[in-house]
Order: sequence, then C-alpha cells, then structure tokens
Amino acid sequence: MNFNHIQSAHCETGVIVNMLDFHNMQLSEPMIFGIGSGIFFIHLPFIEVNGVPATNYRIWPGGIFSRATKLLGAKVKSKKFRSPEKSMETLDDLLAWNIPVGVMCSVYYLPYLPDAYRFHFNAHNIIIWGKEGDEYIVGDPVLPDLKRINKDDLQKARWAKGFPEPSGKLYYIEKMPSHNPDLPEAIRRGIRRTMFLINSAPLPFIGVKGINYLAGKIEKYPEKYSERKSLLALGNLIRMQEEIGTGGGGFRFMYAAFLKEAGKLLNNDQLNNMSSEMTEIGDQWRVFAYNVARIIKDRAGKTDNFQTIANQLREIGEKEVNFFKKLGKIKF
Amino acid sequence: MKKNEVPQDREDIYEDKFGEGLLKYAVEESGDYTTVQSVGWEPEATALKQALEEVDYKVAKAAEEVRNGTRSPVFYFMEKKLMDPGILAGYMGLWKWQVKRHFRPDVFKKLREKTLKKYAQVFCIDMKELTEFK
Repeated sequence: MNFNHIQSAHCETGVIVNMLDFHNMQLSEPMIFGIGSGIFFIHLPFIEVNGVPATNYRIWPGGIFSRATKLLGAKVKSKKFRSPEKSMETLDDLLAWNIPVGVMCSVYYLPYLPDAYRFHFNAHNIIIWGKEGDEYIVGDPVLPDLKRINKDDLQKARWAKGFPEPSGKLYYIEKMPSHNPDLPEAIRRGIRRTMFLINSAPLPFIGVKGINYLAGKIEKYPEKYSERKSLLALGNLIRMQEEIGTGGGGFRFMYAAFLKEAGKLLNNDQLNNMSSEMTEIGDQWRVFAYNVARIIKDRAGKTDNFQTIANQLREIGEKEVNFFKKLGKIKF
Repeated sequence: MKKNEVPQDREDIYEDKFGEGLLKYAVEESGDYTTVQSVGWEPEATALKQALEEVDYKVAKAAEEVRNGTRSPVFYFMEKKLMDPGILAGYMGLWKWQVKRHFRPDVFKKLREKTLKKYAQVFCIDMKELTEFK
C-alpha cells in the first residue's frame, strides 16, 4: 500500500485526514474538525468516570467522523462483530484488498504508548495500513511515527470491555465522491450545526453554558467532596483539556485554526477575527490548566483556591457563550 | 498560543515514547496557524501523575482490606488492573452485582474453580495469586 502517515493532534480527526489523503483528498485536521462540528463542551456531574464527574471539550466519539465524511460526500462502511476471530479475518481481507482500515480500540492494550496513558479508555482510533507476518502496521494518528502491534494485542484492544465497547468495530472508505466537495458549503453547514449543538441544548450542562455550570460546581467542591476527590476532579479537567490529543486548550486552538482557514477560503474577515478571539480563549484555558496544576502540586485544597479557579472558569464561560452567539450571526 | 510558547517539558512518565512529540496548534508571527511538536507540558504531566498516584493509593488500600479480611482478592486485582466493577463484569460475562458480591471474602471462598480460573485469566495472573493472596 502506498501511503503517508500524517501526524495529527487528535485520533478521530487524524484517522479521517489520513484516510482521505490515501484517497487523494488533502484536507487539514482543523478543516475536518470544523466541518465535522467537533467543538463542544459538556459536563456531566452525575456520570462519574474513574470516580470523578465527566467533562468533555468535544462532540461525542464518532460524531466528527460521520458528519465530516457525510458533508464531504465520502461513503463509509462501518462494521461491528460478534466474534473476535471474524473481526480479525475481515480486517485481514480488507488489507489484502489494499484498503486502509480504521479501528476502534482501547488504549490499555497498545504497548507502544507510555504506561501512564494506558487506562481503560475504549474510544481510541487508529489506522491499520498493512500486515506483515503476525504483526500489523499501525498509524496511530497522534504519534509522529508508524508503529507495529502483534495480533494478540490488537485483538484484545478491539475487544476491550467497559464503556463504550468497540466489539471489533472497523470502518473504511467505500467510495469517494465523484466531484470535488463543495468546501464553502461544508464549512457553512459545519458551523451552523455547531451553533445549534453548542447554543441550544435545553440542559444547563450541555454546550458552552455548561462551563459556567461547572464553575458553580467547583465552588461547592470543598463542602461536597473530600479534598482528595476535589483535587482529582480538577486534575481530570486538565487531562481532558490537554492530554488526550486536543492540540492544546481543549480543542480551542484547533477550532481557531479552522476559522482562520475558513476565513481565507471564503475571503471573510469576520471569520478571521473570530479566529483571533478563539485563540485568546484557548490561551485562557491554558492559564486555567496551569493554575489548576499549581493547586494540585501544592495539595492546596483550600476553599479560596476553588473560588479563584471557579471565577477564572466563569470568565472563560462568559467569553465562550458570547463567542458562539457572535459566530452564529456572521453572514457568509 | 504562539509558536515559540509551545512548551517542551520533558517528563519521565512519557518514557520517550512520543518521539519528537505530540502535535499542538499554535500561531505563527504572520498570524496564521501552524502545528508544532511538543515533547510535553508540566501541568499536563502533573495531572497525569496525580491520576497514577490515585491508582497506587487505591491498590495499597485494597491490599490492606484483603489482608484484614474485609475484601476479597478479586477487589484487589480489579484495582490493580485499573478496572471498575462494570469493566470487570464485562470481561467476566457477569452482571455488575455478581462481581460486586465476589468482593466479599465469604462469597469469594465459595467460588467455583471455573470462575476463579476466569478471573485469573482476565487479570492475566496465576490462579495461585488469587487463592493464596500474599
């Protein structure tokens, strides 16, 4: 198979970039992220992951993939399986046809990652480019180089249990569009959908208003949780924001890069200005992460620390709420 | 984030497994966006280390609870393998409440060999480690 491994910040967008590139459609990761309406915010106080409330800065897993490929006109085939053997056979068959295959897997079973990253996180995405003997050639989009993984490990990773369960899920591009995609239209629709998702959810913790909601929760951590749990919940925020391949600032820089590119393509100065605004918001998220890390390091779970952090977060929340209202009003 | 502000903090926990580094988006002097490889960022590593310390703490606590007879080895190995009852139940093909019941030492003692074998397999350990907890 003739292919380039293109390193990306995030796994899902990265898989799309690599697959489209293989089929001769060259688009940047931010472009895929924007068209696929990837940017989001959600805080679920009642769903605990590893003992702390769940927070995410992006849309649900698989959402970017299905949306971006749909708007670009690429037809994707996706399969889940009942038996591990069958899932490996199908993978081998596709590779024999020279088709690169996207695979959903758990990071826990990927030996090429640092141990510290190997939690039971099951929604990772990688591309399998080929097979040599009992080894598969893996393009993990977030890594600079290609990796290899043996059959047993790959099978385990594809059949991890917990939530979500990959059940051997694989996917590939079945058919590319016959015409070049209408990029300006895809950009418009991507932004419009983001506006809808991020501004209009009827619940206070879904969308960017959820940032203010989270700030209110953090204020109450000292009375509600033990110091240990409070600090863990804060630490989890940084991990979701920085560590899981967001490109920095909880995907905010990636979105700013998208707006920049879109502004140029559509010759629209307003989008260009919005990009700079989003960059500033991303910078504030970075400062927030930095301050949270200081509190964790000093084990300083003092009440006024939580108040300070909450205030900072509220400031970011106000800015994001205004930002996405403004973005919705731009005509292009 | 400006291009020259992208942090390059080397930390042991990355085990040098990220090569030249992971990608971050940053602004060039021209105002355009670009990508920069980053070998790491200290605040990010701090949060990661905190999560790992939490695992160590839970494992140590579980070991103590097994020794003083309040929990079974199944509970200990679940913590050690970073699982929770839901994940463990998934691997065992059992309901969550069944797995939770096996955390009780009295119930654990009566488990059938077949069940114990399956636990050992899921945890990737010898059966002896389960039945003859240190």
